[in-house]
Order: sequence, then structure tokens, then C-alpha cells
Amino acid sequence: MDRFSGNFDRFSDLFNPYDSNPTNANHAIGDFTKCTRKPLVMGSTVLGLEYQDGVMIAADTLGSWGQLARYRNESRIYPVGNFTVLGAAGDMSDFQHTKHMLDSLMIKEYYTNDDHVLSTPHIYEYLSRVLYHRRSKLDPLWNTYVVGGYNNGERFLGYVDLLGTTYQSSIVATGLGAYFAQPILRNAVEGREGILTEAEAIEILNTCMKILFYRECKTLNRIQRAKVTADGVEISEPYALPTEWSFGEGIRGFGTQTQ
Amino acid sequence: MSSIGTGYDLSVSTYSPDGRVFQVEYAAKAVDNSGTVIGLRVAEGIVLAVEKLVQSKLLVPKSNRSIQTVDTHIGVATAGLLADGRHIVNRARDEAENYRDIYRIPIPGKMIADRVGHYVQAYTLYSSVRPFGASAIIGTFDHDGPQLYMIEPSGVYWGYHGCAIGKGKQVAKTEIEKLSLDELSVVDAVKQAARIIYAVHDEAKDKEFELELSWVTAQNKRHEFVPADLAAEAERLAKESLNEEMEDD
Amino acid sequence: MDSFLPVQVSWTPQTAASGSDFYPYTNNAGTVAGISGGDFCVMAADTRQSFGVGYLINTRYQPKMFKLSNGSVLGTSGFYADGLTLIKRINQRLEWYKHAHDKEMSTPALAQLLSITLYSKRFFPYYARVLLGGLDLEGHGVVYGYDSIGSYEPCLARATGSGGSLIQPFLDNQIYRKTPLGILQAPHTLDQVKAVMRDSFTSATERDIQTGDYLELFIITAQGVDVEKYDLRKD
Repeated sequence: MDRFSGNFDRFSDLFNPYDSNPTNANHAIGDFTKCTRKPLVMGSTVLGLEYQDGVMIAADTLGSWGQLARYRNESRIYPVGNFTVLGAAGDMSDFQHTKHMLDSLMIKEYYTNDDHVLSTPHIYEYLSRVLYHRRSKLDPLWNTYVVGGYNNGERFLGYVDLLGTTYQSSIVATGLGAYFAQPILRNAVEGREGILTEAEAIEILNTCMKILFYRECKTLNRIQRAKVTADGVEISEPYALPTEWSFGEGIRGFGTQTQ
Repeated sequence: MSSIGTGYDLSVSTYSPDGRVFQVEYAAKAVDNSGTVIGLRVAEGIVLAVEKLVQSKLLVPKSNRSIQTVDTHIGVATAGLLADGRHIVNRARDEAENYRDIYRIPIPGKMIADRVGHYVQAYTLYSSVRPFGASAIIGTFDHDGPQLYMIEPSGVYWGYHGCAIGKGKQVAKTEIEKLSLDELSVVDAVKQAARIIYAVHDEAKDKEFELELSWVTAQNKRHEFVPADLAAEAERLAKESLNEEMEDD
Repeated sequence: MDSFLPVQVSWTPQTAASGSDFYPYTNNAGTVAGISGGDFCVMAADTRQSFGVGYLINTRYQPKMFKLSNGSVLGTSGFYADGLTLIKRINQRLEWYKHAHDKEMSTPALAQLLSITLYSKRFFPYYARVLLGGLDLEGHGVVYGYDSIGSYEPCLARATGSGGSLIQPFLDNQIYRKTPLGILQAPHTLDQVKAVMRDSFTSATERDIQTGDYLELFIITAQGVDVEKYDLRKD
């Protein structure tokens, strides 16, 4: 047994290879300017799903510093243009850099005044090429991004990570969410994207975020949701999910109990 | 022109004996020959208007725009040599982006005017370069509200309530002075700007022109071209007032 | 993905978990196979994309085989981002070729181009297992097999990727006819080849957890490229 508390999170690290613990003794302190060898302030899961009106994503508002719940009001959802939303897991300073980079991109697009705007697939392609380029320089942006959008009646939901790996799917989950939430999302969403109502989508995401809060230490029950529909991007204020922590014996529908 | 033949007007790196830099003054002349450009600052925003003289009927309408966007909240209208104006705008874009890269907020009006002013001024110092034959009117909306600046070929810049450059600047300035800018709404300012451009246009010397209208309003603090219906309405009213004037004469 | 590692690293999920170093590769896996016939070529790939580390399925449908021209198809497996980048580079070169020569690049030329493109990253390779299939200059079907750094050879039938080692012996038996009776080369019809391909992937899906979901068949003939999609097990 490892007696150093800094190493207690080995199990979760095994399932989250990009995670880190800044209090580790072997934390790289040399050559700060070169690249991100270890992320510091980390965001955890982002979930995304497609539903009948468009796309919805959710993330909690925690920025963890190792095991420490350091920043409890860190918004990890960001709008890019009017019909695209970006959700970020991983290093928060790299996320801030990415936000700025995309802002600059959108401003340059605005110069031309030709009524053309970058739609979600354009932004997704740009972002994924940047991430792949950075990994090829061995200087990665230590993030996993979920890109959601709605353009000309078409839903878009894509994933891109620090290696430049991309995929598009009607459900997306990052980090431990890929283990805990992905199966629930697949059951609830796949094949029903066109008929899922907004209320149902919210319910599904709330449920998944609550389960993640129960099971993963680097999460908060304070979350934000964003939806992208024909009306544009709408990002909710952070809100708290009600949780139940009383003695297991009294809780119904838990574990093997069905009634 | 007392300067001609004296040898003091060939380079910006030589003063005349009475302390003038003639090349800079000639650059200002290039601006005076261009179509009129005006900027109005009212309580709720900025309006830019350009009398863009159309050189040929073969040109596609709305091509060669002389109002351009520099950042989401900044519009620049140039008078004089269009290519020089474009160069200034490109520099302004770089400066706006650079400010954002460092401070992560939109560049304030006085900063963009100052930076671009310095850049233009640098072109009045060296014998190897030609001063810009263009003036730029910068309209923006920052945390202090609407801002209007004009940069001249010398690099000098001032903040304005209303300004005008180009052929019709004298008449335009007189007209702008008559307006009570503080009480004008942006929509009315658009109409006034259109009216002034039409009023200063010299039908006899310049045949065709295209009216360019843009604004930055308090509503969204974005620089955009004035919506087509409002622009059309402003243009209609401008023509009307021109006809009335002629009937009065 | 065992036979080739670009640099000497002892990388495991555990060493990655310590966060000590950034490792620029992952294995999104998947299987690609190709069989050539007298006047046709059949290329096949599953559409599952796996996370690489652990047992996750990223998505059940992310195509990794791409039509490059009317006579050639390129399939990739391994590190998806590298595969995609490779495809983008090749497509760009094909477009330049088209503008310069006013025709599409032939499959043998494309095979050489693919080889030098892979070799250009000899010391930081594209971690992609690729297979190029199409028709050669005479109109015969041809499949080119590669390693990650550009060695290649034309072959009758080839399988690569996570299920490649399961499918290759089956193709050796069914297509090359390498049987105890000696090597019997028999001509195959398109229908026979398609059936062999579907059986190959059905069986590979049974045994390889990273292969499955859907099978895409690209059938290249003188008439062009047809795409057919079939179900595979989704567990």
C-alpha cells in the first residue's frame, strides 16, 4: 500500500490516462515554457447528446487541482459564433487559450462582411487540426473537446482530444463519463435522436451528471447545460443537482433492491 | 505652389526652410480629391457614411468598399487612395488582434487610434517611404461609449463629435455643425449622414456615386453595414430633400 | 499493433497514468482487408472506432475507408488521427496531380505516392495500417499492403489492423488456396469474393473486441466504385 496520499488516486488515473496530480514529487518543474507536460487545473466530464430540436451538452463547474476542488465556479462551456458550442475537459489554461484562438478566428471571419459565417463543421475541423498539429509538435493542448452545433436544420456533435482523435456521434462523453454515462446515454438516445424532447434531454443529462457526481471524485453537482437549436446557442446559469446521501438501507431502488 | 522647384518637396526627410514637410501636405491633397467621407457620433452609436465615386459602370455594385471592419466593434472608413486606406485598415486589424492577444479585451477607441496614428506617422520620417495618401475615420464602441477618431496622413489624430474628409468636407462640416448630435438617435443620424452625402455630391463634376453606410450601435456594439431597408429609406429621404432644395432655389 | 513501435518506449496505460510523459499515439484499431480479382477489387473495413486505452467504443460508425478516385480506395486502421491526416495529404496530392496532368492518378502510381508519403515521416511515423486497393493500368484488380513506414507490395489478398492476423490466414486459405494439397490458384468471381469478405469480418468480429458494428465493402470495377454496408455484431 502506498502511504502517500498524493498517490491515492491511482485507480481513477488508470481510466483517465491524461489526468495528473500536481502534488506528485516527480512533477516536471523544468522548462515551463516548452510545453504542457502535465496539466494543472483540470475539468472533468463533458456530456453531449442530440435531440429533436438540436444538440445539448452538459458539464460541471469544477476546476480540480490534483485532488483539490480548487475552482468551484469554472465555466467549461463556451459559445463560438451563434450556432456552435464548445465543451471542454482537461487543462483549463489550455481551454482558455483555445477560446481566445477561436475568438480571433471568428473576428477574422467577420472582417470580410460577406454574410458568410463559419458553421459548426468548419469550427470542428479547424479545432481538430490545431489539436493534431500541437500533438505532432509534442506540445499538446491537454484537452478533450465536445463540439455541438445546429446549422441549416442539421445537428452536429463531435469529439476531439489532445491527440487529434476525432469522431462524430449522436452521443459523446469524455473522461470517466465515457465509462459511467456513455452506456446510459446510448440506451436513452441512440435511435431516438429525432423524437427526444428537450425536457427528456435535460432529464437524461441531469441523471448522468448526478451519477458522475456520486461516482467520480473530481466532479461537482453544480452543472451548466447548453443547447443549440434553430434559435441559436443558449447556455444555462450553473445550477445544483439535488443529491441523496442518507443511509443506504432506507433508499429504495438502489443496488439489488427493485422496490 | 511656392514649394515647386525649390527642391524641398521631394522627400519627407527634408524640411523646407520655413519648417514644413511638403510631401505630407501633398498626401493630404490626395485625400482632398477623394469622395466625401463623414462620421457622426451620437449618444447611442457611431455612423459612417461614404460618397464612393464609381469610376466605371462596369464595376460590380458594392465592390471596392471603403468602409471596412477592423474588429467586431470597430469600423474604419477611408478617403484618398483606396489601396493606402486598405493598408491602414490591415494594420489596424493587426493592432486590434495584438491588443486582444495581450489584454483579452476588445481594444478601446483611443488605443486603436493611437496605435494606427503612430504607424501612419512613421511614414512621414524616412526618405525611403511615401506618406499615406489616405485619411481614416475610426468609429468604435468601447466601455466609455461611442468613439470617433480621424487620422490624417501626417499621423495626427483627434477625437470628434462629427468629422468630414474629402472633396465636400467644408460643406459637410457646416452641415454637421448644424446638427444637435447629442439628441440624435442612431437611425436619425443615418438619415442625416445620407442627406449630407447627397447634399455635398457634385453632380456636374462627378457623375455616379454609391452611398456606403455603416454603424456601431449601443444595441450590440458591433460594426455592421446599416440594414438594407433603413439604408434605402435614408437614401430616399436624402434624394427628396435634395429635390426640395432645388425647387427652393 | 505489436510489430512496430517508432521509438524505444516502454509505454503502458500505467506509465501514462503517472502522467510523466506525453505519448503522441493511440490505437483506435479496426480492421481493413482487400481482395483483388481479375477485373475487380473488393476492399472492406469495419466502422468501429475504439478509444485505444481500455475497452471503450468511441463510436459505432466512423468510416475509415475512403474512395480516392474512380479506380482506387484507401483503408486505414490504427491511430485514426494519423490515418485521417494521411488521407488528407494524399487527397491534396491527387488534386494537384489532376490539375497538372488533366487525369486521375493510376493506382500503381498512387501506391508509390503512398509509400513515399509514409516514408517521409520515417522517424515520427503515421501509426496507420493502410491498404490500397483498385485496378491497375490493365484493368486488373490489385491490392497493395504497407507497413507504417512505407514498405509495400502488391498482393492478391491482404488483411491488416486489429483483426488482420485473424483474417489473413483465412484469406491465405480461401484466396491463395494454400492448402495441404499444395497451392491451387483458382479464379474467383465477385460474388465469391464478397462472400469470403463478409465471412472474414463476421468471424473477426467474434474474436476481436475492437472490430465490429458495421462492415463497409468498396467494390472497384471498371464502372467505378460501389459501396455496400452490412451489419456486424455490436457487442
